[in-house]
Amino acid sequence: MSGTDTPYVDIRGLRVTFGDGRKQVRAVNGVDLQVQRGEAVALIGESGSGKSVTLRSLLRLHPPKRTKIEGAIRVGDTDVLGLAPGPLAAFRGKVAAMIFQEPLLAMDPVYPVGAQIVEAIRRHEPVTQAEAHARALQLFERVRIPSPERRLQAYPHEMSGGMRQRAMIALALACRPQLLLADEPTTALDATVQIQILLLLRELQRELGLSVIFVTHDIGAAVEVADRIAVMYAGRIVEEGPAATLIRAPRHPYTLALLRSRADGALAKGTRLQTIPGAPPDLSALPAGCAFAERCGLALPICRDTQPGSVRPVAGHAVRCLRTDATAPILDGATP
Amino acid sequence: MNATDVGGPAQPLLAVRGLVKHFPLKKDVLGRGGGVVRAVDGIDFDVRKGETLGVVGESGCGKSTTARLLMQLIAPDRGEVVFDGEGVGSRALPLKAFRRQAQMVFQDSYASLNPRLTMEDSIAFAPQVHGLGRKAAVARARDLLARVGLEPSRFAERYPHELSGGQRQRVNIARALALQPRLVILDEAVSALDKSVEAQVLNLLLDLKDEFGLTYIFISHDLNVVRYMSDRVMVMYLGQVAEIGASETLFQAPAHPYTRALLSSIPSMDPDRRTEQPPLAGDPPNPIDPPSGCRFHTRCVHAEAVCSARGPQLGPVAAGQSVACWMHVPGSGHSAAPVALREAA
Repeated sequence: MSGTDTPYVDIRGLRVTFGDGRKQVRAVNGVDLQVQRGEAVALIGESGSGKSVTLRSLLRLHPPKRTKIEGAIRVGDTDVLGLAPGPLAAFRGKVAAMIFQEPLLAMDPVYPVGAQIVEAIRRHEPVTQAEAHARALQLFERVRIPSPERRLQAYPHEMSGGMRQRAMIALALACRPQLLLADEPTTALDATVQIQILLLLRELQRELGLSVIFVTHDIGAAVEVADRIAVMYAGRIVEEGPAATLIRAPRHPYTLALLRSRADGALAKGTRLQTIPGAPPDLSALPAGCAFAERCGLALPICRDTQPGSVRPVAGHAVRCLRTDATAPILDGATP
Repeated sequence: MNATDVGGPAQPLLAVRGLVKHFPLKKDVLGRGGGVVRAVDGIDFDVRKGETLGVVGESGCGKSTTARLLMQLIAPDRGEVVFDGEGVGSRALPLKAFRRQAQMVFQDSYASLNPRLTMEDSIAFAPQVHGLGRKAAVARARDLLARVGLEPSRFAERYPHELSGGQRQRVNIARALALQPRLVILDEAVSALDKSVEAQVLNLLLDLKDEFGLTYIFISHDLNVVRYMSDRVMVMYLGQVAEIGASETLFQAPAHPYTRALLSSIPSMDPDRRTEQPPLAGDPPNPIDPPSGCRFHTRCVHAEAVCSARGPQLGPVAAGQSVACWMHVPGSGHSAAPVALREAA
């Protein structure tokens, strides 16, 4: 976000509203996010924070009848929100591809995995069946699936969870996209398998020079993969910066509280965790001011009335909070 | 709540011996298949009075089956569960009497609650089944609602769909406490909650434990949370216990190669020291047809011939720490094992 070159992904003022005339759920309320070529950005937040909705907007996966999308999304030279159905289909998978949390639901259960990859390749490129098959095999080797030739013939249900997620990654990379979108790709996996998939994603991102947007609720997983982390709350990015800054010197009260409420093993036994009181706000009735104010120990009356602007403590670190003056001293006293 | 204490503080609250549960698979029309899922395959452990025993392991390791066996929600094939000196289901401790003393909280807070009962009725239901009058049961329910941080005047009359996930899980905890149990089994009880809500519920669990003198079995896949909550931790792998020991010892000096791999799979939280090499390759094997010998040998970097030939028993390695690994058995034939002090004649 600091560089002079134009970002590969540029999201400006994104607002996503679901629902009919009676009840409107404002899932995303003005998100600005830039991702450079070859950069990995993690969007973290709790359920309902709008992280997945933001990600899915990049492929326009929301049901068009019930969704209102405002703002601008540009990927490379493409104006994503302006694409007609034909070009949109060409864009999905070819320019930007997505990995989902549950590959068993994302893949077609009645075709072998290899056939699905071949289909995806031939949908976008004029190649023969044999060429597409050879590329599918290469992809399976690339994501390190053992005995790849045999696994191409397997149906999704015949694979283990980690293997399926590798196959899903192979499928996403089939048409050599520039942008990889990952929606909680390791959440459903066991600990020892999760770390394998995280490292695979990091390796592929580096070697293929992909831009990655990685959505997760797990800060630890975000740190393993991302160069930059953006924290979302109630449909807005409240803090954004390099991974190291976000972990070591967060300035938004929500990020601070989130890091402190983790049971990280460093705490003495018997001490109570620091908690955030209350619960996230109702997205159909958002307050006028900062959405976190009601749960924030530092909130002033003005926080409830006005939407805070962006504060930049250092270059590349942006915080939407009126009280960053108060969070700096807390940080100095408390970080180990 | 210790009026019912029988054997004194030294006697374990729960003693599990040789617990086995296999689930037979149906054969298809051609007579194929028909294997056996060895969900829990011979486990022994104790739960001491007033402690929190954490149980960790990956999917298919049998941790949830163990919880259901302990609660007698499914019948074990073999083995016994002894609660404060008395066999569960024996004449001295019939099932109904046992269930008054042991309760469980499940992961899915919504599915756990009857959608047609108000919160107050849900909590008051079990005490009434066990003979408490309606008025007293409702009074207890309101008390408990207040105790778990839900204002009774606001929440007593609500239905499950009117509550958030964190609030529902508080109700489930209140309901588990309504019979004034001594043991509470928490099976992934905070796993579905958001982090900020999870911390609130963990604190609540610690407070309630102190206040009511409870003993917890805390099952979770989140190793950080287990470390924070538990006095001792049991690590399971494919239906067996790999290691059990005091929480800090186990996290600082894990003895089983699987425990070590599991712990180093935790993301580092330090951008300058990211994990460079996955500690294990591949997924956990299928419990339908588990590997021979030590079940971990197919993924273990230290595996030798003895490991695939015979399965190791759980044995002590340090004070309060036991491990099932040939590398810690003197004279086992594994090159890393200590030399046997004296050969058997």
